[in-house]
Amino acid sequence: MFPLLKKRLIAVLILRQGQVVQSIRFKHTNVIHYDAVHAIEAFNKWAIDEIVILNVTRDESSRDQFAEVVSNVSRHCFVPLTAGGWIGDEDYAKRLLRSGADKLVLNTAVADNPDLVRTLSKRYGRQCIVASIDAKRTEGGDVRVAVDRGRKMTDSDPVMWAQKSRDLGAGEIFFNSIDHDGARKGYDLKTLTEICGAVDLPVIAFGGVFTWDHLAEGICAGSDAAAAANIFHYTEQSTKKAKSFLAKAGIPVRKEGRHGA
Amino acid sequence: MTNSSVAVIDYGMGNIRSVLNALEEVGAGGVLVDNPEYLGSFEKAILPGVGAFQEAMENLNESGMTEALNAHVSRGNQLLGVCLGMQLICLDSEENGFHEGLGYLNAHVVSFPQVAGLKVPHMGWNAIEFRQGHAVFSDIETGSDVYFVHSYNVQCADESNVLATSNYGVPFVSIAASGNVLGMQFHPEKSQGVGLHLLRNFVALK
Repeated sequence: MFPLLKKRLIAVLILRQGQVVQSIRFKHTNVIHYDAVHAIEAFNKWAIDEIVILNVTRDESSRDQFAEVVSNVSRHCFVPLTAGGWIGDEDYAKRLLRSGADKLVLNTAVADNPDLVRTLSKRYGRQCIVASIDAKRTEGGDVRVAVDRGRKMTDSDPVMWAQKSRDLGAGEIFFNSIDHDGARKGYDLKTLTEICGAVDLPVIAFGGVFTWDHLAEGICAGSDAAAAANIFHYTEQSTKKAKSFLAKAGIPVRKEGRHGA
Repeated sequence: MTNSSVAVIDYGMGNIRSVLNALEEVGAGGVLVDNPEYLGSFEKAILPGVGAFQEAMENLNESGMTEALNAHVSRGNQLLGVCLGMQLICLDSEENGFHEGLGYLNAHVVSFPQVAGLKVPHMGWNAIEFRQGHAVFSDIETGSDVYFVHSYNVQCADESNVLATSNYGVPFVSIAASGNVLGMQFHPEKSQGVGLHLLRNFVALK
């Protein structure tokens, strides 16, 4: 409807113990980069629109190390930087922002500490708060939301969760399908479409991208941004190629403007 | 003794770390200035800002930074207002009431129209269209995309102050200039190559 606003291509860095790892159904195996800064420098050259950096370490004691990584990464990141993982109190949220994050991802807090979401939204503005939805299909076939790094299932369906997040003050939704994570079959388009239709917030689609076409599918399902992790780390010039594909598919994306070095 | 670095005004609101990182990246020294007395030794300053207009003006007024900025501008020194900073250099804003700004730019800050499908804040990459030439555009193409996050926009009363416009539901001013005072509604420090280049050009302005 407003073609001048571009769709965003987002690279996601999944961090465990401060190192960038590959994620498959939320099991975090292969270390891809020892240093997140190295990944950022590559993405900077390759026309990325935004970076999301998530701490998935199972242990809360990883928070200090993660804040350090955010600080190092932000020195080399000249696109919006979103950070999340273990944000359970105002002090840590403030610390991540002062370390250079522009936006914060909240997940478990939406269930366990809704006041925190409200407070952070009021203090920093809606545009700073991204509510993350980790969706998983139950044995009965219904899609439900999981929290605590995918370890705890809730009774909520993703649409309810998105609406609750919006009511608490989130300005954006980060939708991830645990089942599709690393499965190479694209996003969970059915759930993604339902969420995009249910809330008036920008939605970032994540989880399952294996081809550039998967990115386009996510945009066509209604999301404002298409995010991926694994695929961007393994292909040379990957984000440039992805952008090229999306542009050819008629999706408005930011091109690297011609300008002096 | 003037300092050739760029003063980055720290008045408690704003992503000063990002601005400092960007200045470092383009080879300029950025110095945080939270004490109005120290602004006098700088020839260039950046006024960043994220948050609410009223609170920002209160902070600037109460700390004495407004006076220091007035003096900086009347000496003919350069000032770049970024995001909320661009709004603060205007005459006034209608955000949450009616509040007076610093008044360096003959412009008003107004809300976006309430139109179905127009999500506010305006958040994302959008194009800047140049309306006139300026040294800050050196080596940059019109139509380049930059990163915006804002809920209110600037409308200039004097067209000669309009350097670039963008479109989001309505046309609005994305870059303005009045003498040595410039404003950029988007975040150049978050707009990668194009943004860094604009900052580099600002630093190079004579």
